Amino acid sequence: MAVKVLIPTPLRQFTGRQSSIECSAATVGEALGNLTTSFSELRKHLYTDEGKIRSFVNVYLNDEDIRFLDKENTRTKDGDVVSIVPSIAGGIGKR
Amino acid sequence: MLLLPANLEQEIRGHGAKDYPHECCGAMLGVDGETGREVRALFPLINRRDDSPRNRFSITPDDFRAAERAAAERGLELLGWYHSHPDHPARPSEFDREHAWPWYSYVIVSVDAGTPRDLTSWLLEDDRTKFQPEVVSPVGVTSQNA
Repeated sequence: MAVKVLIPTPLRQFTGRQSSIECSAATVGEALGNLTTSFSELRKHLYTDEGKIRSFVNVYLNDEDIRFLDKENTRTKDGDVVSIVPSIAGGIGKR
Repeated sequence: MLLLPANLEQEIRGHGAKDYPHECCGAMLGVDGETGREVRALFPLINRRDDSPRNRFSITPDDFRAAERAAAERGLELLGWYHSHPDHPARPSEFDREHAWPWYSYVIVSVDAGTPRDLTSWLLEDDRTKFQPEVVSPVGVTSQNA
């Protein structure tokens, strides 16, 4: 399935300034896998060392958060748009 | 270099004081040009960390997308984020680093017993290992004083 992955501004430096990447993938996980294979520098920003999507990385298929679908196994169809949407967090942390 | 007009810097400080003892947060919208980044507008947000607002802040994907839309409507870019450190120095914490993204400017204002003090800006290194300080320079001061 031909899907488009939208790249948020902070990660475009790792995709040759491209704001979207077209790829062929049957699931959202496969689309992200193809993306990080093509642009390996992206991996550490999207995945933990254990290979899980970082908690502050949100992935949407069209307008739906994949956490409420079938997560990375969510199936794609031609023309779907996968968006990487950052959560922003921080603070002093421990007191 | 982050060009931050004096009135917007005051707005960030004011937000930090208003939300004290909680952490405040918001987005910075502007232009990323050849000579530096210029903040043109702020988009204050609600700290969504209801469970721990004194030492953490969180901006949800919905708030992120609202900030992105606000930037697009003004023909601006989302340049980065600001937040406050109540009773704590304006230096990024390990918690800040773990949750940061490259490219964005992260402005921190320390708020000491309700009074805003130092204001700093930071950029995450691409390998995520540490932040580097970013010079904050006021713009528009001359015209405001004229």
